[in-house]
Amino acid sequence: MNEWIATGSMLLGAGFLLLAAIGILRMPDLFTRMQTASKASTLGISCILIAVAFFMQDSAITVRSVLTILFFFLTAPVAAHMIGRAAYFVGVPLWQGTRVDELRGHYDMRTHRLSADPPDEQRLSSATGAELEMDKKQE
Amino acid sequence: MIGRLIPVDIVFAMLVLAMFIAFIRLAKGPSLPDRVVALDVITAISAAILAVATIAMKQSVFLDAAIVLALISFLGTVAFARYLERRARGE
Repeated sequence: MNEWIATGSMLLGAGFLLLAAIGILRMPDLFTRMQTASKASTLGISCILIAVAFFMQDSAITVRSVLTILFFFLTAPVAAHMIGRAAYFVGVPLWQGTRVDELRGHYDMRTHRLSADPPDEQRLSSATGAELEMDKKQE
Repeated sequence: MIGRLIPVDIVFAMLVLAMFIAFIRLAKGPSLPDRVVALDVITAISAAILAVATIAMKQSVFLDAAIVLALISFLGTVAFARYLERRARGE
């Protein structure tokens, strides 16, 4: 029974890692690539470590693999956020089909501080558009 | 035993294929952050290969190597990000 769980989890994890690799090859943009890389690879390696814990059936190995899963879940978002922030400052181009860049104009490019005050007319107009649609639906 | 060995071989093949695909992005990547992301995925895949080697050879030493690899991968990614940001600010 445990071996079947381990086999299934191992195959699932390898599939997720393969999907992460295909994602970073096929996605058009650094930021879309980054989301497949961080999420799918975290899930894949967690599945494989669960398989190790189920297969070996040793308390020390179970503790180690659970701790490693926790470590991955804590560090992968932090690393992805830092890389994305640095890439935004370096000026990596967004994909041509990008609709919304909510950070545009909010970063002070000299001090790298985030602020909320600059007026953003596009977002205001889109908000009023959404409100108009809501009113139409209510009528 | 044989029925257990065949999935391990399949998993190794899938992981090696994934690593090859990630290496294509590492070689192609137009900017430096692309390469850093590809390196991150490659380190995760090699940690997974070490974890599967723990199952295949029944040696728990490989799991320790996988833990150390995960730690070094995080430190390397954070160092690259700090370097990139400082370079963007300095210029």
